[in-house]
Amino acid sequence: MTIRKSTTIALTAVMALGAVGAMGAHGSTATPATSHVSAAKSKTQLQIFSWWTGVASSKALKSLIGVFNQQYPHVNVINEAVAGGAGSNAKAVLASRMEANNPPGTFQVHAGRGTLLSWIAAGDMAPLNSLYKQEGWYKAFPKSLLNMLAVKGKIYAVPVDMQRDNVLWYNPAIFKKYHLTAPHTFAQFFADAKVLKSHGITPLALANHGNWESTLLYSDVLLGEVGPVQYDKLLYGKASWNSAGVKKATQMFLKMMQYTNSDANALHWQQADQLVAQGKAAMNVQGDWAQGYFTTDLHLTPGKGFGWVPTPGTKGTFAMVSDAFGLPSKLSNKAAKTATMDFLKVLGSQKGQDTFNPLKGTFSPRLDAKKTLYDAYSRSAMASFKKDKLVLTIGQGGANPGFTQAFENAMVTLISTKNVSSFVSAVQSAAQTNPLSK
Amino acid sequence: MANPVTPAKATRKMTARRPAGRIRGWDNRMAFFTLIPSLILLGVFVYGFIAWSGYVSLTNWNSFIPTLTWAGLRNYTAIFSSFRFQSDLRNLVIFTVLFIAGDLVVGMILALLVDQKIRAEGLFRSIFIYPMAISMVVTGVIWSWILNPTTGINLFFHALGFKHVPAWFLSTRFAPSIHLGQIDIGIPVALLAVVIAAVWQMSGFAMAVYLGGLRSVPEELKEASRIDGAGPWRMFWSVVLPQLKGTTATIVVIQAAASLKVFGLIYAMTGSGQDFSTDMPNLNMFQTTFQGDAFAQGAAIAIVLLLLMAAFTVPYVLSMLRGER
Repeated sequence: MTIRKSTTIALTAVMALGAVGAMGAHGSTATPATSHVSAAKSKTQLQIFSWWTGVASSKALKSLIGVFNQQYPHVNVINEAVAGGAGSNAKAVLASRMEANNPPGTFQVHAGRGTLLSWIAAGDMAPLNSLYKQEGWYKAFPKSLLNMLAVKGKIYAVPVDMQRDNVLWYNPAIFKKYHLTAPHTFAQFFADAKVLKSHGITPLALANHGNWESTLLYSDVLLGEVGPVQYDKLLYGKASWNSAGVKKATQMFLKMMQYTNSDANALHWQQADQLVAQGKAAMNVQGDWAQGYFTTDLHLTPGKGFGWVPTPGTKGTFAMVSDAFGLPSKLSNKAAKTATMDFLKVLGSQKGQDTFNPLKGTFSPRLDAKKTLYDAYSRSAMASFKKDKLVLTIGQGGANPGFTQAFENAMVTLISTKNVSSFVSAVQSAAQTNPLSK
Repeated sequence: MANPVTPAKATRKMTARRPAGRIRGWDNRMAFFTLIPSLILLGVFVYGFIAWSGYVSLTNWNSFIPTLTWAGLRNYTAIFSSFRFQSDLRNLVIFTVLFIAGDLVVGMILALLVDQKIRAEGLFRSIFIYPMAISMVVTGVIWSWILNPTTGINLFFHALGFKHVPAWFLSTRFAPSIHLGQIDIGIPVALLAVVIAAVWQMSGFAMAVYLGGLRSVPEELKEASRIDGAGPWRMFWSVVLPQLKGTTATIVVIQAAASLKVFGLIYAMTGSGQDFSTDMPNLNMFQTTFQGDAFAQGAAIAIVLLLLMAAFTVPYVLSMLRGER
């Protein structure tokens, strides 16, 4: 007993000493990082902050880091991806780090008037115009995309991927069976829907478990109804939501809802696309992440197992969702700043983007992206992207998050009460409380 | 103490020889010192942050960038006048009442059944209590499948020939429908589906507590009532049940706390539901704070929840303290 006791004490003592030793060692390695002489010898650190923790996105990020390290082997990249909450966890962590003046080297942010605008307004981002000039990026990306990353002529982030929001997915077999063509206008949509309904097929599959899905549908209906110019004015806070056009779009949306499945609130977006794939429903409006679900999970061939067209009335317009990375202005260390700029160079390069995007299931927003690396759907989306007018969406980080949240709440009420005028006034007051432009 | 002694020796001496009063003094001091670390941790991470939330709820911090300017009660008026939060409060009250009632009744029935000196009592006890070990999120997903009106248990009802099957959590009905201001304060039928799932998960807990209670009812009391000619029903109603008052109060308080905190179940099972019929303050708080970046409004919802929680727990703790004295 006494032997065991003394052994325990000895072990504890050793462990305690070990801990102290480890702390000492940590301290001693930490010290040189601040002294300039040793900093050159030790590797520079670059923290990349994102919410890319899914299978495809983390793989894509890792391969991008691989490309970066080939060119910059002396930089030690730390992948600081935060899981959960569709990025909301990561946003919270990022906010607290920014507050503490401890920003990561670079971080993921959606292009548009959402969080990016908040960071710019708070003075947390450094402009990248010289980098754009140096790398020839003013010509590499569409100008309208760069406008969504800029405030007063200063560009604050580099876009890395591109996704589309205004896609109507359909089941080609059903359309063939009833001699229908995929709709391009609202009139065609309702004509098709009537036929489909008479044959007992749900015309439009809808999932709405998370409330954002119906907002996405609405956003596309609004775009199709009022057109991209007026739509932009609304999203940039330059036109009133309490207007005839918005009301008409809302009525159109409600009419569309009559052709959807009744259990939308119980479904997640994949389930709605599954209904289309199984032939229980004919169409679904969803972002083009749905194509990854069709091909990877359901093993369908693009064009055969599933088809796609722009949502009614939106041909020639590309509603975009894009991830971008920028340079935090509060980066204290010069070496860290250089590392971030080097990373952004790779991130915006053709090689970096064409490595990253095919793995992630998105496509490169560069105008010279290699088409051959992408699948049939992405190639057709890339073609539209190059010639279409680009617009933002209400959800997906495109607008003030407070506005989007209030909008989704108003949407819940609209779907059950079908009260158009109270909906538009709720949205208008949301736009006033949460300004859409700065 | 004339001779200088090492502290270790002194302790040993004291415990061996010193009078009881001295020992208690030392113990008290020891207790206080050992409590200091947890007092500090609790002080900072629980009470400190409650105070911080309270402060934030009175500021204008309703965007991503912290704006800690004074807003007074503006956030509170904003949430209390919103349709969503009013619906949340209605749902919370209805859910709590139905959930606790369901728990008490089902838990009591299960406890009475298990208490019949049956064989393999341990097995049944484990079976009934097992759902508690499952995460609320898993329960939510499972029950959203079971109660999905088009694919779940309704298929079974259809096979039995029922024409009108329930819409479960997709129901848009209120029973009864009573309009008050902008909301309907009747019972949202959709919420009943959530209550079923929650009762399924937590009634094992009520059973376990009741079983303990039933076992502690003095045998003499039951014996006496039997001699006085009481039947089993009468005995249960007039003798056993009054003895279980304290047990019931414990279950009610613990389950009320659980019900005020309900989040995972709703998030996984129904979301906010049609017209916020299954929304809860916690879900609202999460979305307002972390999706809408309205930190001050989110903090205001949190503080309201805290006060509701206190309304349940403080009287209970006070009565416990009184009982101890």
